Amino acid sequence: MFNYILRRILYAFPLLLGVNILTFVLFFIVNSPDDMARMQLGQKHVTEQAIDNWKLQRGYQLPLLINQNEAGLNKIKETIFYQKSLRLFVFDFGVSDSGRHIGADIQQRMWPSLAVALPSLLVGLLVNISVALMMVLFRQSYLEFSAIVLCIIIMSISSLFYIIGGQFIMGKLLMLVPISGYDTGMNAFKFLILPVLISVVSGVGAGARWYRTLFLEEIEQDYVRTARAKGLTETQVLFSHVLKNAMIPILTGVVVVLPLLFMGSLITESFFSIPGLGSYTIDAINSQDFAIVRAMVFLGSVLYIIGLLLTDISYTLVDPRVRLS
Amino acid sequence: MIVWQKIVFFILFTVLLSACNEPILNNPYPKGLEDQQSVLYASFSERPKHLDPAKAYSSNEYAFIGQIYEPPFQYHFLKRPYELEPLTAKQMPEIRYFGALGQPLTETSTSDEVAYSEYIIEIKSGIQFQPHPALAINQQGQYLYHQLSAAQLENIQWLADFKQTGTRELTAADYVQQIKRLVHPEISSPIAELMKHYIVGLGDYAQTIKDKPRTALKDNDINGVEVLDKYRYKIRINGKYPQFIFWLAMPFFAPMPWEADQFYAQKALIDKNITLDWQPLGTGPYMLEENNPNLRMVMLKNPNFHAAFYPSEGEPEDKANGMLDDAGKRLPFIDKAIYLLEKETIPYWNKFLQGYYDGSGIASDSFDQAVQFTGEGEVALTASMQAQGIQLQTAVNSSTFYMGFNMLDSVIGGSNEQARKLRQAIAIAVDYEEYISIFNNGRGVAAQGVIPPGIFGYSAGEQGINRYVYDWHNGHAQRKSIAAALTLMQEAGYANGIDPLTGESLVLYLDTAASGPDDRARLNWYRKQFAKLGIQLVIRATDYNRFQQKMRDGNAQIFMWGWNADYPDPENFFFLLYGPNAKAVHGGENTGNYQNMEFDRLFKQMSYMSNGTERLAVIRKMQEIIRYDAPWVFGLHPKSFSLYHSWYHNLKPNLMANNELKYRRIEAQQRAQLRKQWNQPVLWPIGIIILLMVVLIFPAVRSFQRRAKETIK
Repeated sequence: MFNYILRRILYAFPLLLGVNILTFVLFFIVNSPDDMARMQLGQKHVTEQAIDNWKLQRGYQLPLLINQNEAGLNKIKETIFYQKSLRLFVFDFGVSDSGRHIGADIQQRMWPSLAVALPSLLVGLLVNISVALMMVLFRQSYLEFSAIVLCIIIMSISSLFYIIGGQFIMGKLLMLVPISGYDTGMNAFKFLILPVLISVVSGVGAGARWYRTLFLEEIEQDYVRTARAKGLTETQVLFSHVLKNAMIPILTGVVVVLPLLFMGSLITESFFSIPGLGSYTIDAINSQDFAIVRAMVFLGSVLYIIGLLLTDISYTLVDPRVRLS
Repeated sequence: MIVWQKIVFFILFTVLLSACNEPILNNPYPKGLEDQQSVLYASFSERPKHLDPAKAYSSNEYAFIGQIYEPPFQYHFLKRPYELEPLTAKQMPEIRYFGALGQPLTETSTSDEVAYSEYIIEIKSGIQFQPHPALAINQQGQYLYHQLSAAQLENIQWLADFKQTGTRELTAADYVQQIKRLVHPEISSPIAELMKHYIVGLGDYAQTIKDKPRTALKDNDINGVEVLDKYRYKIRINGKYPQFIFWLAMPFFAPMPWEADQFYAQKALIDKNITLDWQPLGTGPYMLEENNPNLRMVMLKNPNFHAAFYPSEGEPEDKANGMLDDAGKRLPFIDKAIYLLEKETIPYWNKFLQGYYDGSGIASDSFDQAVQFTGEGEVALTASMQAQGIQLQTAVNSSTFYMGFNMLDSVIGGSNEQARKLRQAIAIAVDYEEYISIFNNGRGVAAQGVIPPGIFGYSAGEQGINRYVYDWHNGHAQRKSIAAALTLMQEAGYANGIDPLTGESLVLYLDTAASGPDDRARLNWYRKQFAKLGIQLVIRATDYNRFQQKMRDGNAQIFMWGWNADYPDPENFFFLLYGPNAKAVHGGENTGNYQNMEFDRLFKQMSYMSNGTERLAVIRKMQEIIRYDAPWVFGLHPKSFSLYHSWYHNLKPNLMANNELKYRRIEAQQRAQLRKQWNQPVLWPIGIIILLMVVLIFPAVRSFQRRAKETIK
């Protein structure tokens, strides 16, 4: 397994380099360093001299990918790409174009994102599995039929509607929770109730139907028939046999998203004024802050690769037949 | 009792207990704070980019630094037209004029005679900086934190983690230090290049310090800026520039102690985002206690703030409006101002209605809920707003939004008769009254010229109308008919909008960066306005950067633009049409590249004149020239509508001042009572939902149990 993990880590380097180059090229097709300078300097009284000064201070006076004025390795080294992007491989995110230290910002903003995403994932998982099991338990009854219809209705509605509707009903009409906001420490609890609730409710339609499919597939297997023939009750069959065997796809589906929980959710964080990482990248794109964009894309790629690696490892843990080689 | 039942019981018990302890469940603020202090609750939607007064230049940045930094002058809070008065200065500056040979000249000397002018500013003694670690010294007089060791840095995450703070008296040298900072390359001040033209020696100074660290500013002097003594300094200006006094009321010219640059230059602090750009150091009524632009920004009353008092005179109606109730009282009134990040308008609006924000603007979504128009066309609050005691305040902004024509364009531009008449016809056809009604909910005033209301040179009534677009009818300006515009089109050679070169409809191009779904209706509306004249308007939508590039290159044909006043002087608007400021030629702010020799001559003349009848006459001549030439379709001056709760006082709009927080007052007790009254939780629907679930699930459970017990038959 060690060799496998090592190989996957080595594969990650060209992948990350590719992502970096792609991000770099895409960003600079749309924005030139001059545009970035203008965005940072504002609209009024901006002169060419001021733009040149800004670029010089931040190292954007260099060519993008190849420096024809230099010789040898310096052709590559004396470029914006080399100077700005390679430090990312040691997780040195540098300073944003507006002057803030990106690493410190990420450290500060990832915890609120996690505070919303982790309970949403765990509670959502619990609710989805419970609803799916209930549908399987009461299959071919009015309860299953009603639950499927409800799931489809829930799936068909935009997540934005749940947010606005949830804020309106829970925050404005019933006045049970704050409409939006965030605080640190234990004070954060009251602000998390509504976003977590909305996240769980809006996700239950798709989640429960997906898990129901997994459970139904298992319930038709021979071992289930054997269990029933042994005289086990339906609940014993479901919880001891079906749930355990259906855990493999559930687990792998969850593990892959675990690292990405840090990255947050744009809409939820925006509507609930949660100071997470969800809006960090979008804000950076809007303000043409390349330093943040490249750092966040790089971080997202790293986390995704970690997620995939963890998924592979988790296969071996839940299914002894799987070997990594 | 099995485990899960115990858990459910515990959760329900905790929820009920907390509900009993906390009568208001939706309160987003910590308990009890608002009863003890006078706290203002406001919001910001976009985090300020800069809080360094040399860099900050936008309104969301000024909302903070305007309260923290104090330039030598400020706008009087109540008087209109806007009037400058001393803030930290002892009196208004002494201005001296000199000829080319250094001979003194009088104030009435023309700009051609004046080679340079000097502003001598004397500041008040005894003003102290806010408590700050950069100013902390030990008993030997050495600065405690200017060379931080690893041990000192160990527990530092925020500025507040520094145990010691210090202060010192404000001196003239602090103002000079800030002028030096404007041109340091690390700071990239937006006005650096502009000021190099005006302040003597600033350009040379920029060259001197371009390779030196910020900490070297203190030991290098500018030729044209001089510290005369502890409380007096002198700024030498090239030629005559009367508008310079307005710049001296902006945070760009606020004082900065050299200790701040020394303290914040330490790399270890920069790595923790503890920089001067984020942690200000001023003498103003407030200081930034918490700066977390991702969550909230908190300002506290500065304990070292000097004596300042609420004004005792204003406009005649101010007394009746209660604006002088606090006359002579010591400022500021509010102890703490909390600004919370609120990106979306819907939650912000709902929290305002619940009393959790003290003031709010009105978004289009909630306009009908808040405001209605009476039969006479007057604006009034709706019954629900009145029931909450909410106050409405309106003000025409000192901004002008316009549709510009590129005067370099071969079809629409130039000073020939054909193009001019075409532009005049378009100016009549584009009905901005309709635009304001449809897209701005009536929040705006159709512009008659370049100057917005409230700025010297603006004329209301018949005298102030653009007679090329409007007629004066029954005491109102009435837009000319489309027939008049079609006549102009015919005279321009485009009868019924037909281009004689092609024999088809004249095609014009509107260049815009507005391409979102919300903009589509707006752009369609513009198409319809041009279609009235038979002109086919083609929208060339592009991204913001490409649009800016087109404007710089002079490749746009028709475009939309706007300008918000830096200071209340007509020069700050007319310069948008001054020939030497043409964007495509000189990179200036004259976006339409308009050039008219007579206008340029009058502009220079007007710029150096004092407000009075002579200046007004020149302004009117200038307005007449641009109305006739029509390089712009004068669009609109937006009108801002603001709502405030009944506990919020001293709310007179001042569009020029940015330090109004010190005048505001909050009735904290009244707010606490009303919040409690408005936010009683409604718990019964929760019970109904639980009951409904039980009713729904119970028969199924029973049925399942029955089925489980059944034997095979």
